[in-house]
Amino acid sequence: MVKPILPLTMKGGVIKRRGKILLGPVDFTVSAQGFTIVMGPNGAGKTTLLRALHGLEKLAAGRVDWQVPVADTLQRQAFVFQTPIMLRRSVRDNLAYPLILHGMPKAQAHAMAADWAARVGLGAALDQQAPRLSGGEKQKLALARALMRNPDIVFLDEPCASLDGRATREIETILKTAQADGTRILMSTHDIGQAKRLASDIVFLMHGQIIETAQAQAFFNAPKTRQAAALLKGEIVE
Amino acid sequence: MGEIWQGLVAGLWLVVTMDADLVNITLRSLQVTLSAVVIASAIGLPFGAWLAIRRFRHRRTTIALLNALMGLPPVVVGLVVYLLLSRSGPFGVFGLLFTPTAMIIAQVIIITPLIASIAHQAVRDLWAEYHDLLLSFSTTKRQRIMTLLWDGRRALMTASLAGFGRAIGEVGAIMIVGGNIDNATRVLTTAIALETGKGDFALALGLGFVLIGLAIAVNIATHMIGRTESEGKW
Ligand SMILES: Nc1ncnc2c1ncn2[C@@H]1O[C@H](COP(=O)(O)OP(=O)(O)O)[C@@H](O)[C@H]1O
Ligand SMILES: [Mg+2]
Repeated sequence: MVKPILPLTMKGGVIKRRGKILLGPVDFTVSAQGFTIVMGPNGAGKTTLLRALHGLEKLAAGRVDWQVPVADTLQRQAFVFQTPIMLRRSVRDNLAYPLILHGMPKAQAHAMAADWAARVGLGAALDQQAPRLSGGEKQKLALARALMRNPDIVFLDEPCASLDGRATREIETILKTAQADGTRILMSTHDIGQAKRLASDIVFLMHGQIIETAQAQAFFNAPKTRQAAALLKGEIVE
Repeated sequence: MGEIWQGLVAGLWLVVTMDADLVNITLRSLQVTLSAVVIASAIGLPFGAWLAIRRFRHRRTTIALLNALMGLPPVVVGLVVYLLLSRSGPFGVFGLLFTPTAMIIAQVIIITPLIASIAHQAVRDLWAEYHDLLLSFSTTKRQRIMTLLWDGRRALMTASLAGFGRAIGEVGAIMIVGGNIDNATRVLTTAIALETGKGDFALALGLGFVLIGLAIAVNIATHMIGRTESEGKW
């Protein structure tokens, strides 16, 4: 039995850039199960929090701990960026890249790439250059590339921010399937509707601080903070 | 006017009939310049890529220096190489002055900074684009460099082509260190300078056509590399 890597905890986590505090201090635990949505206005620190948990940001103070040494988590977590990063290669090679990187034989990686491309509706685009895909197709590719290694947890930073309704629906469907298959999901959005559709629980960020965490139902029915209440009423929160 | 017209026709005729002198000079030009491009690429491409990825203390200074070296007047490079290779110079014992090797050395010095600088920009842009993804995939340093070199291969080839374009048309440095010796170090540019001075416009123009043809070929190749980039054929 492989040892679980979750829960993931951040204790007193602080991220600074050029002396300015972008995030923290934050205490936060990502439990083993669920679909957590990180909410908050622009500049609240959502991206910074997700990146820090994934290990892309250097902590100025505090720590991030998994249940196993971090080296053992690297192949078991994945990140989907707000602006999808496409390798200047075909769709097939983009999907196969992380698999081949970690030792999978090329033929097997390509077969898996074809399988996942079909799953996210990119089956006909396998030989196309990834940088030339539409925004929605790029994000589906990025999502498939994150999920195909069957990670324990996926971080997603506003994956639907610049997508149309159809692409958004397709991505939400893929995410719900992944969650049903046991993948832990931590995703930021500032689309309240999307949060309502997907979240099992909510983390609400303002000015680099977590000011509220709650079960989704409770959060949407009776937010504890006035900022969250204002956001849910559609007011401008700053 | 008549003289120029006659020269053009005669020059074209030399090209069409593959005149022995013209072919000879062209081949020597290609030999010298291609050797210089291969050596300068072997140095400049990895160095440029390394500069783009590695963070070290004097990185900015090194990049500034590289850009300054790119602007070195070729004639001065020729002068310095001449002094180094001349009989009384530190490398005089090798007897390289007025040989194709001396010309290759001068061209390598002239185009390596250019190739390294273009490679640096290309890899730097690609690294900025890929950085977060490659970190997220927890790639090793070696894997990162291989990925950047592979995905940047077209831009790197463009860098070598730019080096070729600069070297093939260069005259000052190779004139000084090569000496423009018939059948030994005479190349397209130095021959044009000589024949023009002598008033033999036919050969000068014929050689000029070849040089222009090579320059156009380099441009076309660069353009085609740019096209395959977006089409992703290779
Ligand atoms: N590269 C950066 N340099 C300086 N400040 C930054 C940088 N990136 C983000 N910030 C600042 O950090 C804060 C949090 O940003 P971010 O995590 O991107 O917020 P969100 O994703 O919630 O919009 C903001 O105030 C933003 O202006
Ligand atoms: Mg953000």
